[in-house]
Amino acid sequence: MPFACIFVPNFPVAAVSRAEPELRALALAIYEGKPPMEKVFAVSESATRMGITPGMTKTQAELCSELTLRPRSPLQESGAHAALLDCAQSFSPCVEDAAADTVILDLAGMESLFGSQPEIARNLFRRAAELGLDVNVALALNPDAAVFAARGFSGVTVIPSGKESECLGSLPVKVLFAERMEGEKKEENREESARRLETLERWGVRDLRALAALPEVALSERLGQEGLRWQKLARGAASRTLVPVEAPTIFEEAVELESPIVLLEPLAFLLNRLLEQICARLASRALNTQELRLTLDLESFSSFNPQSKLNNQQLSSPATIENQQSAICSTRPKQFHRTLCLPLPMLDPKLFLKLLQLDLNAYPPGAPILKIHLEARPARPRSAQGGLFLPPSPEPEKLELTLARIAGLVGESRVGALELLDTHRAEGFRMRRFGLGATQESAAKNNQPRQTSEPAEEKCAVAALRRFRPPLRVTVTMDNPELVRVVCPKKKEVQGSVLWKAGPWRNSGDWWEREAWARDEWDIALQNAEGIFLYRLVHDLLGGSWFVEGTYD
Amino acid sequence: MSSAVFSTSAAQGRPFVFETENGSEVCPEPFQEQLFTEPRPPQRAADFKDARLASVTPASRLAVRPAPEMVTSGIAEMDALTGGLPRGCLTEICGPASSGRSTLMLSALAAATQRGECCAVVDASDALDPQSVVAAGMELDRLLWVRCGENSVQAESRLEQLLRVTDLLLESGGFGLIALDLGDLSPQSARRIPLATWFRFRRAVEHTSTVLLAMERQSIAGSCSSLLIKLGSLKPSAPENKASPTPTHVQLLTQVEITAELVRSRMDRKPVRSAEITFASKTAWAG
Repeated sequence: MPFACIFVPNFPVAAVSRAEPELRALALAIYEGKPPMEKVFAVSESATRMGITPGMTKTQAELCSELTLRPRSPLQESGAHAALLDCAQSFSPCVEDAAADTVILDLAGMESLFGSQPEIARNLFRRAAELGLDVNVALALNPDAAVFAARGFSGVTVIPSGKESECLGSLPVKVLFAERMEGEKKEENREESARRLETLERWGVRDLRALAALPEVALSERLGQEGLRWQKLARGAASRTLVPVEAPTIFEEAVELESPIVLLEPLAFLLNRLLEQICARLASRALNTQELRLTLDLESFSSFNPQSKLNNQQLSSPATIENQQSAICSTRPKQFHRTLCLPLPMLDPKLFLKLLQLDLNAYPPGAPILKIHLEARPARPRSAQGGLFLPPSPEPEKLELTLARIAGLVGESRVGALELLDTHRAEGFRMRRFGLGATQESAAKNNQPRQTSEPAEEKCAVAALRRFRPPLRVTVTMDNPELVRVVCPKKKEVQGSVLWKAGPWRNSGDWWEREAWARDEWDIALQNAEGIFLYRLVHDLLGGSWFVEGTYD
Repeated sequence: MSSAVFSTSAAQGRPFVFETENGSEVCPEPFQEQLFTEPRPPQRAADFKDARLASVTPASRLAVRPAPEMVTSGIAEMDALTGGLPRGCLTEICGPASSGRSTLMLSALAAATQRGECCAVVDASDALDPQSVVAAGMELDRLLWVRCGENSVQAESRLEQLLRVTDLLLESGGFGLIALDLGDLSPQSARRIPLATWFRFRRAVEHTSTVLLAMERQSIAGSCSSLLIKLGSLKPSAPENKASPTPTHVQLLTQVEITAELVRSRMDRKPVRSAEITFASKTAWAG
């Protein structure tokens, strides 16, 4: 039963490099701490060659002009760790989250799916690279041997069965005491590990081969059962079961900015990167998404710089800044949220970026942005079976983009599908989202033979009404109780003598509500120089006004 | 060096006339001997067995462009008049107010949604009545309604929105019918749409299965439309005699007569004689 281990060397640097791939080729140092006592926490290989070491102060590191400094970002590290888990879980359902930089997979039964062990190892390495991580991958017969091999050897390592002791012998002893994230016990573990390492070094034990060669009895007398356990690990003979981790259901990526951004173009660049990372992680788990949540942390009032530009608008003179600041403080939120709901599960980062851009153009944040957080709700991919005889329909991705563009032109509330409300009030309808999900279900129903009550040849056209929005206020001349003439001051076409009328038909409702309504309706034919036209005339019984609501056309 | 001259007689199915640049006729070698033995008969192009000419197809026998697929407009009388609405072509319905334009448009949209197709109506004046839509038998889930402009927006801005939205819908593709409702725009405003725009719309729907339907007061698309239907004024079916014994308050608008004339149709490649029909449309509350 083989096990695989994926280890990310120099994890803090790898997390930052994943978020900013252009930094891979540069000398990079990560610092942490509160100013002015910020210290270098991790360095890349290029920075190490330049003489930068962990523990240096930030000020000392800044003396090196070719060095790129970045603050330590827990957000980026959690994103990288989540990507590491996604990579592992795309190969095996049994994955142990050993550390922030280490995951262990149980490959039992995977050879029939993914090929031989070397192929699996190479695919793991490749998949991790696609997610932006430079990793070491090792395969062994037991989990601990795989972990030590991944931590000790770079690239891809496959330990044949029975050769664990031989392959691991050259590794230094310190691989046995790698740091583990155990919460409040982390500091205690580090001190204990340092003591043990010092003991072994005093004995002259530098590598695992030397530790494995020690006599067991003597070792147990000096170090107890713990010493025997270390020896077993050094020989690659220890075995244990994995503690599998539950697959996370939220896919999120975030980036904190050193300097706030105010323009939408650089924001789109960062969003593109986050979307590509999220989509890669979803694809590795064979999932799509149907909802994207964007949260932007905006520059707060306390750090507000009056001289900064806000969406290309310069602030006015200092005399009015105070009034503006007080108004802004009361109205501007600290966080800006937008949710993108998709009609169907999709996985196209370019489409998502375009939709987010259109949405942000319509609803801009209104303040400089300090942090971007993007979250995708996973969903199973849609399965649609095509057919030769199905009626044509728009592609869901294209349709979504088209609807977003149309909404940007005419307004979000003025495009969509109709939905009638359960009321007799005029204009009793609302606009709802136009989607293909409901149309596909009704298309499936339409494939069944439809039974209509009347034969096709007897079907008659239904006269349609064209509404005036808002209804046209008119002046009605009456010859008690007959309607004689109607004149609309706003629209000269709507005027004439009443040639014919039908009504009134009384309609009322919502008398139990505040917005009660009552009206009399006529269907009238007006004659003027241009011809005869049919209108619907309405008399508002509560207000007393006359309106022409529409024309029969 | 000789060149071939293809005259218009080829379009009429008559044989080609093959001439050289200097006007002299080409005499192939096998016929040289006949010149010295007996009077040479007049030469015809059909006598020359040139492989290159044999491979040329006369225009009269070229494959004709396939006729577009016709779909029902939802009204049997209109289908009998026009043969239906053509896919991949622009159809215009023009007429004054109360002539039945919206009735015809909603009927075509309802028929398309009942076929399972997605449809879109680009409403320049925001005049669509939901109750009329439902009464026409529309599948509301398949109808996309785009309401251009708001009350205070000028007609030119609404027109611009309509054109841009139409471009987006045609680019998206997949719609069975796209209806442009310009019914309430004045002819002066509607004529601001350049012919190049209509030509672009027509090219966009060509080779697709989309029916592009434009409804306006007067024809504005010119020769870009393949089908032009003109509707006449309505005649309400109601008692004209005011002295009728039937009390006024029980009169009911039951039906409206629609007069339609087929002005132009490019479907049959033959000149179309103007045909006119009259049919009745009933109101939603009539039995």
